[in-house]
Order: sequence, then structure tokens, then C-alpha cells
Amino acid sequence: MARRPEGPPPPPVVQRVRLRFAKRGRLRFLSHRDVARTFERGLRRAAVPMAYSAGFSPHPRISWVGAAPTGAASEAEYVELALAVEMEPAQLQADLDAALPPGLDVVGAVVAEGTGLAERIDASRWVVRLPGVAEPELRGAVTELLRQEVVQVERATKDGRRRFDVRAAIVLAVCRAGNDTCAILELVVRHTTPAVRPDDVLTALGVVAGLRPSVPPEPTRLEQGRLRDDGTLADPLAPDRNDAGRLAGRSSA
Amino acid sequence: MSGQSLFARLEPLLPRVRRPVQYVGGEGNSIVKPWDTAAVRWALMYPDAYEVGLPNQGLQILYEILNEQPDVLAERTYSVWPDLEALLREHGLPQFTVDGHRSVRDFDVLGVSFSTELGYTNLLTALDLAGIPLQAERRGEADPLVVAGGHAAFNPEPIAGFVDAVVLGDGEQAVLGITDVIRGWKAAGAPGGRTELLARLAHRRLVYVPAFYDVTYRSDGRIQAVTVNRDDVPLRPSKHTLSDLDAWPYPKAPLVPLAETVHERLSVEIFRGCTRGCRFCQAGMITRPVRERNISTVGAMVDAGLRATGFNEVGLLSLSSADHTEIGEIATGLADRYENEKISLSLPSTRVDAFNVTLANEFSRNGRRSGLTFAPEGGSERLRKVINKMVGAEDLVRTVSTAYAHGWRQVKLYFMCGLPTETDQDVLEIADLAREVIRAGRRASGHRDIRCTVSIGGFVPKPHTPFQWVGQASHEVTDARLKLLRDTVRADKEIARAVGFRYHDGRPGIIEGLLARGDRRVGAVIERVWREGGRFDGWSEHFSFERWESACAAELEPLGISLDWFTTRERDEREVLAWDHLDAGLDRDWLWADWQEALRGTELDDCRWTPCYDCGVCPTMGTDTQIGPTGRSLLPVVSVSAGSPVVTAASVSVDGVDGIDAEAVPGGVEDGPAAGSRLRPAAVSNGTPA
Ligand code: SF4
Repeated sequence: MARRPEGPPPPPVVQRVRLRFAKRGRLRFLSHRDVARTFERGLRRAAVPMAYSAGFSPHPRISWVGAAPTGAASEAEYVELALAVEMEPAQLQADLDAALPPGLDVVGAVVAEGTGLAERIDASRWVVRLPGVAEPELRGAVTELLRQEVVQVERATKDGRRRFDVRAAIVLAVCRAGNDTCAILELVVRHTTPAVRPDDVLTALGVVAGLRPSVPPEPTRLEQGRLRDDGTLADPLAPDRNDAGRLAGRSSA
Repeated sequence: MSGQSLFARLEPLLPRVRRPVQYVGGEGNSIVKPWDTAAVRWALMYPDAYEVGLPNQGLQILYEILNEQPDVLAERTYSVWPDLEALLREHGLPQFTVDGHRSVRDFDVLGVSFSTELGYTNLLTALDLAGIPLQAERRGEADPLVVAGGHAAFNPEPIAGFVDAVVLGDGEQAVLGITDVIRGWKAAGAPGGRTELLARLAHRRLVYVPAFYDVTYRSDGRIQAVTVNRDDVPLRPSKHTLSDLDAWPYPKAPLVPLAETVHERLSVEIFRGCTRGCRFCQAGMITRPVRERNISTVGAMVDAGLRATGFNEVGLLSLSSADHTEIGEIATGLADRYENEKISLSLPSTRVDAFNVTLANEFSRNGRRSGLTFAPEGGSERLRKVINKMVGAEDLVRTVSTAYAHGWRQVKLYFMCGLPTETDQDVLEIADLAREVIRAGRRASGHRDIRCTVSIGGFVPKPHTPFQWVGQASHEVTDARLKLLRDTVRADKEIARAVGFRYHDGRPGIIEGLLARGDRRVGAVIERVWREGGRFDGWSEHFSFERWESACAAELEPLGISLDWFTTRERDEREVLAWDHLDAGLDRDWLWADWQEALRGTELDDCRWTPCYDCGVCPTMGTDTQIGPTGRSLLPVVSVSAGSPVVTAASVSVDGVDGIDAEAVPGGVEDGPAAGSRLRPAAVSNGTPA
């Protein structure tokens, strides 16, 4: 009785393309599932020649790397697409960007080379705007947080409510004054499990120093990548870009 | 300043509510037009949660038709969940549109589409949040006209006090007509205020204005009469009927939500109306006659819609999709065209016959064959004759056998409980049918692992149907019968584990019944329920029967009437019904005669393939059944996935020149690459077929 899909197996993957994209403005309220669905429709509209999985309900082969949480904007989200037909990354970037709603913007595309994307990302740099919080208040709270060795917070995760340490993941926390009524917090956070997000850091600031912003903070992820010793992050697409550059150089020579 | 975006004030609230993405707008193919240059501005509302409201086809069609007009602006608004409602109140923010995030009160018209009566309390929340007085008579010149539409609005009497006007029937031409009148009235300096505007709209037979009709009551609580109180408006407002659906291929560019919604697919309506004559079915009665879209239009709409949206599923909509005269060709054509495109096709299948299985097989050529739904509706042969659902037990067993033999693994059967004349025995026969189905499935598939889901809904008598006079079964009776049935199936070793049961308790159906057949006196009940916190009555976690019961006691019993009086009481032939003055085209004498035929168990054929039986609709409304086959074809379309922009070879005549009768269009002569551009997504045309 077991029916099988008729016809030949799906065409093989001939190329993998890595994209960097941004989640901006009101689209920061998209959850990861919303982003994934919107991407799949955008890929169809842009007629990107995706490779598909086999079976009765074939799925386009898309690999996501850790997504910014609902409500957080990002300038640095990453995804890898498997294609059944080769395509110029710049063309793919332009076509897909045009097919996605404004606010979900493709800002870079490279042909994948060498190591996996996930291996090149172990930290994020965030900037968090805190409307209604004065800079000295934030500075005091951050100093207090950094003085601790362990700060436990609790949050609902997809595996239920969990308690975890925030402090160990924080590599860097710097305060600035945006204006009189809005402080700005810059963070570099190591990726741990569960991932420590800006809202966890804010919860921790509440725990250690009673900081409770009256207006919801606005976090934006600025970068993801491999943490260097000096606290900066290495661009995860740089190795692919270099390889592609070499290839291009060779063929034109 | 009117029309300003409130988003900057709304945004800080959004991180504090559940699923904020539903409030941000920005959907694919959504439109935000400049406020100042628009002559007429519509806010269109679906009074339920975004996830249910966004896919609504009616609202999407009107949104697109109105926005195609250069000087008209239309935006959408949905019910906000209680978490955001509380925050809006706390921060002094109004009901807003998701497109431009503008205050609903700033618009000229608030059009609200009711698919179900259980949305009435949500209307009040929206009005109150918007700062619009709940009672129409208290509204001033700065308030928008509140216009109701949709199936539930065929008896708008329970909400008559809350709405200014009501559109009966198809909205496409009505909204353009209303827009015309408002445009002219505004340009003339709004002479005579709201009353004059409403009178103009009523005079042109565009809307029903409840305030122009007075209702008097008899001492026993029944309606004495409904009388018109102006001489320039019709005695009986009547419904709108769209003819030539091929001239109106909307939505052309359906909305693509960012948030998750209940239907994530491209819906294409393949015909409107149904004359199968199921006596319980309000939709079938009020949307007559049948008007088909022809195969070429359907093909072009599917193609254009897929390219405009990026959806990977297509659903062919109608009240009984397998009845389209060209459905076989449509199914094969679409299955051929999208075979390699990873696009799945679906047909809401309820007809019980082998042809339906063939269609379902076509649609699932390369897909999973999970579940097929059939709707015998009544458990016993006798009851199926009463409701005019002509399905024999043998037909059902044969059809189901065919389905299992073709690899379908699960069959879902849909029934109703509480039908007129129903006894315990009728409901128990559902168990017998389920047993037959399981046995047939085991025989046909050759193994025992066969599942059948029995899904049961409570019957609610609706206006403008032959059952509009019946006494609704009380929820105690419905619940007792369902329990009896469940216990019987559970006790039957042979099938207990193979049959799944889905049903709801009978109490929400009683409130739906109150709102469906209520009159103007029910308005006070709705308002009281709303004031006591009633919201989202269509959602079991929000619905409170006790709240409705106590509101009925408080508001109705002093008048000598009650919840039971409106629901379980049978009406006699001469009683004036609250909706008698609204003309759906159906001849009241025919409805009554059909109700008597129901009691005698006499069946009635479909007027599509037997002579007209004079239900009244066609002569009263000046309409005709419009069906094929047209002999046209579903034209092949260049592959969508091959890259580069695609130009469709499909075309459709949108000029309404050729009818769609078989004689009128000789074998596909019209199929050429002409006039095709109108179907291109996002094409904005001023063409407004009359
Ligand atoms: S008037 Fe006649 S043809 Fe028209 S819908 Fe009624 S029964 Fe059918």
C-alpha cells in the first residue's frame, strides 16, 4: 500500500550560496518561523532554482544559523541555500531582495567554500537602545553585573522554563548616552546554550541592580562571527569571499 | 490631524503583547496610499483575530477593488486580542488599521464583514476603541459610516442599532456604488449630513438602513410589523448579485502575510452560489444562482496568483467545488502544469461519489494521500431526505472503498446533530455508517490499520432557509445524543479504536442560534455581554455561555421573551420573521413549501441539471445560472521556476462581452494572447465593470 512519489529523484545540489540579511524596522517583530516562511515565498517569487529534499512533501534545502529573537532587529543574520542550478550570487541577492518585503533585506551573498557557516560563528555584537533610561543609571547597573561571577536568570525556552547563567557569556558591555532620555548598551555575547540574548542581559541587570526600563528596550544585532582575542568579531563570509576572489582572479588571468 | 500614522506610539507596546507581528502590516501586496489625495477612505474590518481575518477572501477582494480606484484608499483592521486592547486603553490609542496604522475613526466608512454571528461582540470592541459611539443614532458628522456585510448580515437585526447600513449579497459592485455616492455627497459639501447620505445610499438600493424601518411588537412578543418610515427608500432592500465572475478576477494579487494564519495558500474561487438545495445551508440559499468562473479564468488566476505571492499551495474554493462543470479538466490541467513545481493543489471535498475521489487523486498525484473529507451530514437515510442531502449508505461505502483502495489512509466524515425531526436513532446510525466505512476500508486496503474520523457540528437554524421556522434542539438534547453516540462507538470492540470523534458541546450553537434568528431586541443582550467582558465569542477559551444566559435573562425576560423563545421555539407560517423585509430573492412561499416537503422526506433536485423549481431567486433578482462547460482550455503557462521573468500565455477576456454559455463561445476561439495584461499581478486598472 505504501505509495512512493513517482518520477526521478530530485536533482542534486550543484552550488551552495550563503546570504547575510538584515531584519529591520517593524519587521523586527518577525519570529524565526515567520522569517523562514517569508524567505521560502520570496525564493519562489524570485524563481531561485532551489534544490529540494526527496519525499512526498519536498522542502527547499535551506540551512539557518541561529536566529535573532522576535522583537530584535538584526544587521547580521545568516542562511545557506542549496541550489539545483548554479547562479551568480550577486544576481541571487538582487532577485531575492526584490522579492522580499522591505525590512527583510539581503545585504550579502557568496558561494560557500570550505568550512561550515556554523563553525565560523560563536559570538554576537549587539547594540541595545534603552529609551527612558539615563546613562548613569545604566552604567551603575552594568558595573554591578560585571562584578559578579554568576548571574542566574529564568526564561521560557522551547524546552520549557530554564534557569541559566548570563554573566559568563558576556565578553564586553559598554554604556553610552544616546541622549538625555535614552541610554545605549553595547554588548558582545558568546553563543552558549541556551543562547544569552539581550533581554536576558537586561533581566540580569534587573536582578543585580534593580534596573527595570519602563519602555521596552530595542536590541539590534550588529555582527556575528568568530570572537577574536581583542573582542572583535571575524566576518563569517570573509573566507568564502576570499576564495571566490582567488577563483575569479585566476579565471580572468 | 486626521489620517496620521500612530505606529510610533504603538511600537513600544508591541514587545509586550503576544505575537506582535500580526499588528505591524507590511504584508506582501498590501497597499498604503497617500491620505490627503484620497476622496473616499474605507477601513475594512474582519471582526476576528488577524490569523483568521487575513485570509478572508471577501475582505481581500474589496480591499483590492477599492484601492484600484485612483481616488479611493482602503486599509484593513482586525480585532485586537485582549492583551493589546488593555494596552491601547491604558495609553489612549484607538482601533487602528494595519496598513497605515491610522485611527479607524478618521475614515469615511468602516466596512465590517461578518462570516459568523459570533463576531458581534468584537464589533463593539472595535467601535469603542475607535471612539465611535456604539449606537448608530448617537453618531455625529465626524464618525465614519459603519456598514456591515457578509453572510451573517442577511439578518442584521440583532446589530441593527450598532450599524448605519448593511450590504446584502456580493460586495464587489456595492462598494463601488457606495463610494460613488459618498464621493458625490462629499464634493457637494455633505448636504443634509449623515441622514441624507444614508438616504441616498438606500434610495439607490445599495444598502439597507435599519433606522429607516420601524419594528412593532405584539403583546405575545412576536413582531407585529416592520414598516418603512421614509418614502424615498425601498420597501424591501434586496441583495446584490455579481454576474460574470470572469470579469471580476479578484483578488489578483492576494495578500501574503508575514504572520502565521489559518490558511497559508492561494485561494481561487471557482464559482459562487449553490443550488444543491441542502435545506440547512444558508450559504447555498443566499448566494443563488450558481455562477461559474470558466476554466481559462481559473487557470490565469492560479498562475498570476502564484507568481504574485510565492505560495506553494492552491485551494479551489466554492460551496461545492466538485460541481464545477469543467472541474475534471481544471484538475488535470493544473496537476499537469504544476507537476514539477512543488505546488500542491487542494479541493475542499465534501461530495460523496467516486468522481470526487478521482479528482482528489489528480490533486495528490505526487503528494501524500492523508485525509479525504465527505459530508453525509445526516446519520440516517430518513434524515438525509429531510435535509435534502442525497447520499445513500451504499454510495458512501462504495466511495470510501475507492478512496482507501487508492491509498488514502484516513477518511473524515462530517455530520450535524440537532437536525429537524432528529431522534436518538438517527444519530446512532452514524455509528453504523462508521462501522460500514471501517469494514469497507479494511476490505479495500487489505489491512486493519484504517482510520475514520467522525466530526459532528451542532445544527443552527438560519434565516432565509427552509429551516428558518424550526425549533432548534436544546443544547441538553444535542449533548445527550452525542454522548449516546460516543458511548455506543466506544463499546463496539470492532471499531472503537479505529474511529476518532470530534465534536463540541451544544452551548455555543445556542448563542449562534440566538444571534442568527434574533431581532432588534437582542441588541441589548449583545451590548450587555460585551460590557461584561464578552470578546472573541468564536473562541472556546473566551466564550462564556453563562454570560450570555444571564444577559438574556436581564434584557429579554422583562419583555416576556427569552433565549429559548428565540432558539428552541418553532415559528408558524404566518409569524413575521425579523428578516422578512430583507430580500434574498427566495420566495417565502417556496421556502415554506420546501420545509413541508422536508417533513414529508421529499427530495429536491438541483436546478442546474433539472428544470427550475421556482425558488424565486432568478426572476426576482434578474439573474441567471451561469455554468459551462465552455469548451475553453486551461492554457499552458511557461514554467515559473526556470528563472527570468515569465510572461504568461494565458489570457482572459475581462470585458464581459462573451457569456460563458457553451453556445456563446465556440471551442476556445477566444483563447488568444490578447487582453491578458489585466490579470498581471499588481496591475492597477481603473476599469470598473458596471
Ligand atoms: S429560480 Fe430556478 S433556476 Fe434560479 S436558482 Fe431558483 S430554482 Fe434555480
